[in-house]
Amino acid sequence: MSPSALPHLSRRGLLGAAGATFASATIPRWASAAAARDPRLVVVILRGALDGLSAVAPIGDPDYAELHRELALRWDGEHPALRLGDFFGLNPAMINFARLYDAKQAMIVHATATNYRERSHFDGQDVLESGRLAPGQTESGWLNRAIAALPKGERVGARALAVGYTAPLVMRGPAPVLGWAPSGLSPPTEDLAGRLMNLYAHADPALAKALQAGLDADRMANRQGMDTLKPGGDIALQMKKAAIGAARLMNADDGPRIGALAVDGWDTHANEGGATGRLAQLLGGLDGVFAAFEGELGPRWKETIVVAITEFGRTARINGTVGTDHGTGTVAFLAGGALAGGRVIADWPGLRTADLYDARDLKPTTDLRAVLKGVLAEHLGLSADALARSVFPDTIGVLPLGGLIAA
Amino acid sequence: MTFARSDWRLALNRFGYGCRPGDGGRAGDPKAALFAELEAPGGAHIDNFELRSTPQILQDVYAYEARKKMERDVAAVAALAGSAMPTPEVAVLLFPAASPAAASRPEMVGSMTSGAALKPETPPQQTAFRADARVRLAQSYAAPIGFVERLVAFWSNHFCVSVAKGPIGRGAAGAFEREAIRPHALGRFADMLLAVERHPAMLNFLDNQRSIGPNSLAGHNNKSGLNENLAREILELHTMGVGSGYTQADVTQLAYILTGWTIVGREGKLGEPGTFVFNANAHEPTAATLLGRLYMQDGVAQGEAALADVAREGATANHIALKFARHFVADAPDAGLVQRLAEVFRETDGDLAALARALVNDDAAWSAPPTKIRNPWELTIAAYRAFARTPDDPGPALNALNLLGMPLWQPGGPNGFSDESAAWTSPEGMKTRLQLAAQFAHQIKDAPEPLELVDDILGPNASAATRETVSRAESREQAYALLLLSPEFQRR
Repeated sequence: MSPSALPHLSRRGLLGAAGATFASATIPRWASAAAARDPRLVVVILRGALDGLSAVAPIGDPDYAELHRELALRWDGEHPALRLGDFFGLNPAMINFARLYDAKQAMIVHATATNYRERSHFDGQDVLESGRLAPGQTESGWLNRAIAALPKGERVGARALAVGYTAPLVMRGPAPVLGWAPSGLSPPTEDLAGRLMNLYAHADPALAKALQAGLDADRMANRQGMDTLKPGGDIALQMKKAAIGAARLMNADDGPRIGALAVDGWDTHANEGGATGRLAQLLGGLDGVFAAFEGELGPRWKETIVVAITEFGRTARINGTVGTDHGTGTVAFLAGGALAGGRVIADWPGLRTADLYDARDLKPTTDLRAVLKGVLAEHLGLSADALARSVFPDTIGVLPLGGLIAA
Repeated sequence: MTFARSDWRLALNRFGYGCRPGDGGRAGDPKAALFAELEAPGGAHIDNFELRSTPQILQDVYAYEARKKMERDVAAVAALAGSAMPTPEVAVLLFPAASPAAASRPEMVGSMTSGAALKPETPPQQTAFRADARVRLAQSYAAPIGFVERLVAFWSNHFCVSVAKGPIGRGAAGAFEREAIRPHALGRFADMLLAVERHPAMLNFLDNQRSIGPNSLAGHNNKSGLNENLAREILELHTMGVGSGYTQADVTQLAYILTGWTIVGREGKLGEPGTFVFNANAHEPTAATLLGRLYMQDGVAQGEAALADVAREGATANHIALKFARHFVADAPDAGLVQRLAEVFRETDGDLAALARALVNDDAAWSAPPTKIRNPWELTIAAYRAFARTPDDPGPALNALNLLGMPLWQPGGPNGFSDESAAWTSPEGMKTRLQLAAQFAHQIKDAPEPLELVDDILGPNASAATRETVSRAESREQAYALLLLSPEFQRR
């Protein structure tokens, strides 16, 4: 595919720019920019592996519709995709993100992945959050180490915030972290319940019957607006509540500058849905997270970046249960007033069988760690040296992606 | 699936509190290990200098409750007198009995007039409850198998009291288990029965401290009358079992026999406050006929003799054997197993260690499939054990028990918590298990790989469906939750 058909996604141009930026030594320019501002960074971990091809659909790719079939987004129909140019369409559940994109305050990185190439959630999450080359090293996460590596006296290092009962791995480590959970926030149980019902149906019908009845009653209560603060409430609502609370904390003058939250539920093996359905509901929840930070941070939104990342993508071809299985390349979402947005950054690999990774997955062409390094360098002023040594150890060859934030 | 005596996991799950990491692969004979736990020095005792005796606890409770009552009275007077009036003087004027205390606590009374809230104070009954709860949890987390702790829990539930029965109930529930259950859990049933029925927690729970013989001195003074509650539950629940041949007349006769079994009150008129006392003034001073036997003894000896005989009734052996087998093995246990246990109970005159050994020695106790659902207490302990967690703070575990419908030492009635699976597999119950497992798993850090843990904790009996479900989980956290919720973990 010719890059000229895709004016908004020239990898060569972007990586070239990044190389140039970081070739000019340890970027005092960005460091001083960061020091002059009061930047805020939020990292949202989407656990379970997000289907990037249903979230940000390459509708312009001639092979897409045939691979993604019932799940494929379209320009037309009852729930048309939201246009991000002529090639990519955003899932219609993400209206706020589309608005921010149009205002150049949001961008997508597509066909991206970490260096991890197997397909285990656990290991993939280890790599994504620890920032190490291999799974199993879970004593600290890259975001925490980034805080520890901030220039001395940098206010942003004063406090970090982890949302939820326990800190996500990405935020664990030596730098002190505040923990906060909205009352009533609980791990989302809908996906867990579905899996458990499956198991009980096979292995223990008596428990299946009881649990089903319990879940039915719970859903009924939720529909009637009862119980919304209790565990098991609607996942989109829980995500939004968590984001609003976190944003309010981060909006305080002496509040944390860096936050992390993790959202489970993205492992859509069956009945994934496309423009509507389960994944769309989750994406709507994520859309609400972006909107919550934008709304709550007010004037500080212009100094904010919210990044949403996942451990890997899903198969390009849908499976026999109208879902997708574990894959490789996927998308990352970035939103925030500090961004030079309105772009999809991608070196599009194509979707012909020969173009796919292992003939099944979207091939990753942009290293996700380069994107994260770019954010940490330009937004927080971390040196390329610290990024390559302590934040993402042994990644000297992975250059930070430049030009992400507005000059 | 096979179930053999060489199966450590079965031994741990059925007779103990479940596997800790590595337990499933232990060497040696699990049956011998179960016996060894029964014979370990110290038995079921708890030696913990932080835990206090019932009289110590109740003396604090009495003092606290008296002070609270006085504060309420003072506040009531203040409300009557109007907020503008200086309250301390009013209190002194109208409550001369309370005035020395009120004068010695000007800050307290003063805070009433100013309307400021007192610094929140933990009532001594709550302090005692938490201290005992913490130790009970810790014992269960740490036990190599937990057979003895399971026996304690069984007997404590068989002879239950409730923390919902006022401040005395809350304060003394843990001490009751320590003082009346544990010393006899591997001893004689008759000794446990006597220790239970004269313990202040039980006398309070089943209202015997109010029971007065109509022909006693107190009865002649029309203080009040007979209360049959304790006597009825002794026959119906603690010993012979409902429908086993005793009559209403037997209940009434036993109630007469037990009149005067009471607790020394705050004033200490009859002895040290908070101790058991036989109050002769409240005792029905006549001979009584119970189950066809005549009891002519004087005083407390009459009740002691009656309880000793009821403990030896054939119906008691049958009742205990059925409950014992139902608790450990199956909701509807093998009839032969029940019969054999009853025989051991009779032949050994209620030797409870012999009863426990007979259970472990019986093939039927091992060959039954694992159909019993873990009750919330067992599930909670097993979850902590599986992840090698031994939290010092009892709060989360106690909270989980509340949500799952099995608040510690707080059964709905004197029949205790149900020992049948159906009681714990309600729709609401299963949904709550799901939510709590998700929450529990959310807080797990540094645990082994989920599939390793399946191999370790569930072992070769984990079904292919369970293994696949865990391995396909979208996160470690979810995998751990699914392990905890798997039929193999929920049932034992």
